[in-house]
Amino acid sequence: MASPQILDRNLHLKAIDAFVDPSTPKARAIITHGHADHARSGHGAVLATPDTIAIMKVRYGEDCAGEFQALPFGEPLAIDDVRITFYPAGHILGSAQVLIEQDGQRVVVTGDYKRGSDRTAQPYELVPCDLLVTEATFGLPVFQHPSPQIEIGRLLNSVRKNPERSHLIGCYALGKAQRVIALLRDAGYDAPIYLHGAMIRLCALYEELGVSLGDLRPATGVAKGELAGAVVIAPPSAIRDRWSRRFPDPVTCQASGWMSVKQRARQALVELPLVISDHCDWGELRQTIQETEAQTVWVTHGREDALVYWCRQQGLEAEPLNIQGFEDDGGEGEE
Amino acid sequence: MKRFAQLLELLALTPSRNRKIEALTQYFRETPDPDRGFALAVLTGALTFRNVKPALLKDIVLREVDPVLFAMSYDYVGDLGETIALIWPHHGGEGELPSLTDLIELFNTTAKSELPKLIAALLTRAGINERWAVVKLATGALRIGVSARLAKTALAEMSGVPLQEIEEVWHGLQVPYTELFAWLSGPAERPDIDHAARFHPLMLSNPIDEDKDLSRLKPEDFSAEWKWDGIRVQLVLGPGTASLFSRTGDDIAAAFPDIVENASGQAVLDGELLVGHDFEAGSFNDLQQRLNKKVASAKHLKESPAFIRVYDMLFDGREDVRALPWTERRGRLEQWLAANPQTRIDLSPVLPFTDWEDLAQQRREGADHHGHEGVMLKLKSSPYLPGRPKGYWFKWKRDPNVVDAILMYAQRGHGKRSSFYSDYTFGVWKGNEIVPIGKAYFGFTDEELKQLDKWIRTNTLQSFGPVREVRKELVFEVAFDSAQESTRHKSGVALRFPRINRIRWDKPASEAATLEDMAIFIVAS
Repeated sequence: MASPQILDRNLHLKAIDAFVDPSTPKARAIITHGHADHARSGHGAVLATPDTIAIMKVRYGEDCAGEFQALPFGEPLAIDDVRITFYPAGHILGSAQVLIEQDGQRVVVTGDYKRGSDRTAQPYELVPCDLLVTEATFGLPVFQHPSPQIEIGRLLNSVRKNPERSHLIGCYALGKAQRVIALLRDAGYDAPIYLHGAMIRLCALYEELGVSLGDLRPATGVAKGELAGAVVIAPPSAIRDRWSRRFPDPVTCQASGWMSVKQRARQALVELPLVISDHCDWGELRQTIQETEAQTVWVTHGREDALVYWCRQQGLEAEPLNIQGFEDDGGEGEE
Repeated sequence: MKRFAQLLELLALTPSRNRKIEALTQYFRETPDPDRGFALAVLTGALTFRNVKPALLKDIVLREVDPVLFAMSYDYVGDLGETIALIWPHHGGEGELPSLTDLIELFNTTAKSELPKLIAALLTRAGINERWAVVKLATGALRIGVSARLAKTALAEMSGVPLQEIEEVWHGLQVPYTELFAWLSGPAERPDIDHAARFHPLMLSNPIDEDKDLSRLKPEDFSAEWKWDGIRVQLVLGPGTASLFSRTGDDIAAAFPDIVENASGQAVLDGELLVGHDFEAGSFNDLQQRLNKKVASAKHLKESPAFIRVYDMLFDGREDVRALPWTERRGRLEQWLAANPQTRIDLSPVLPFTDWEDLAQQRREGADHHGHEGVMLKLKSSPYLPGRPKGYWFKWKRDPNVVDAILMYAQRGHGKRSSFYSDYTFGVWKGNEIVPIGKAYFGFTDEELKQLDKWIRTNTLQSFGPVREVRKELVFEVAFDSAQESTRHKSGVALRFPRINRIRWDKPASEAATLEDMAIFIVAS
């Protein structure tokens, strides 16, 4: 078995006493991306990409860690005999895979990642390795994501057919919101898009970091009549809550990989489910494992069992990591 | 097939009843025969395939997918049809599928040995949404929140023909309903069916308004009976045949072979289905047990035999007697029963009374001593009219029981109420603990709902998905028709028809009822 001496099962790099995406405050943390289940405040020192650091500061405040060290993609950082390099993970802006090299061994921690195109995130790069630590958010063969363009087409079709109703799209504030806006823009939708308050700062940050999103306006304070036919982006929790009562007869939408399961969408009272995911689907997870040529695979974040089962069928060493604090969110977590 | 798949998806995901009706109406209007008729059959559950079954679908998918991975996936998705649609690994690039009509024809005519190949090819050729629709069609379990009633309501909306008239002919029609659509979209005549052998829409009653109605109505014009606590049924007896229908016209004969196999004679009868030995009605719970089973088990047949307590007659032999006054129909019914002795049918007795005061007294005693739900009043001159015509039949329910219970959990509502916590679980004291006794989601005004919603949000202890556990501080006065012992609930009590009577903002939880208080409400079963 490829040596896991470099990294233990809590994603602790013993040689330099640093943790990858720790769920509790640590002296040294390597952060793959800005989602709350990976980036938390209160670490002593944080190593992350410049975009991830900017996101953490906007979400948690300038002093959410003792100190920050920015490491751009593709630039190795040597600490003693360990070498750390970030490669794009394609998940959200700034999201990185972490390559750790020591004694000729290569370990990659993917963080969250996807392989499909997305102009709001740096595109995924394949990193060959001996030990792959992969996420498995959509690690079941029922997850076969459609092309996001098809899903946006369904949304625009519904907007055209219901000019008197507003379309309220539930999106996580970081990543999914900006991606959906960018997809709408790229499909030629240039009307103003209205934002829930929780979206505004992060959309402004994306713009600042060079991701153009077009005409965005706050949804609050706009007369109800003006929002007929409008597209409104809000956190999933708000689309079915009191906040939604201000919109004219809204079509409740949600953009998420979970939305492929219609019974789930029904239970969540989503009228127009949009299967737009920022994670690999079952096919992409398997493709990645094969292409990295890793001999050992650790699976975390999601439906570990099925992917571990499949890896073992392929003759790979595989095991699930049950890292504390990374609870199976059953579709409720950030995506 | 594409259009039908789109309709199914829209129906599954639209919470609004009106929008579902709109979508159905549009589909029926725009789709040619016989496709629309087959769609109607699928939606009303009138279609079954001899050889295409859920198990076959599962076999087909397990030839392509690892069984362990399939099991894990099924476990996650929770719906067999949807799991199959999502997991199917071969995608042949969105080719055209056969029309709904052709597909059904293929399912019906393809040899059993060839079916796996056919279905696999269809699944591969379909886009994801159509694949889902094909599997739903093949497994027969739609789970899209559309009842047969809703589909018929859409037909009524589309054509302007009253729903009652559609119900009237419905049970004499054949899939794919070309006659029906020819009539509904004109110019064809209403389909001619054998009326004596079919389901006929029921005559329903209105609740009595004690203040307004009783002073106006003359006691001598009315006949009274107990209001029985079972389910309303129609028994259609032909020469050598017997069918049993629920109040909405669903055929429930398979669940009650003890009724249909033991009935004789020719008539269409209206009555209450009850369970119990020797015409002694047991609890509604016992009946519920049997209703839950599509086909009756030997144990149920033995322990909870069913019978019908009849109170009206629609057809005497082949003669339509619906236009006759109630008194004459009653006379016919009694004669018919005398001429056709029955083991599973008895007669609902007429309650003699002198005036309203006397009947009120009987109603109270019947409720207290026998658990009767109340009394029915029938105008002696009333013809048998479908629907709920005003002024003929009245139900005079017993006064509800009330209990002060404590709000424990609140859940989000559906549709228009989806942003409100509108479904409430409440409980009573059992020692120092509060145990749930029931759930209610109506009985309050919109204004009260807003206040409750606000209270729940500020008094939440913890959330579980759509459910919030709240501080045990708010008291509801809960009204209910009856209480029964129940092994399903932790409290051991189940309430029938509970609703929020009043919100007792003023009452401290410590003064709410105890489980011991509930004992007096429990009807012996």
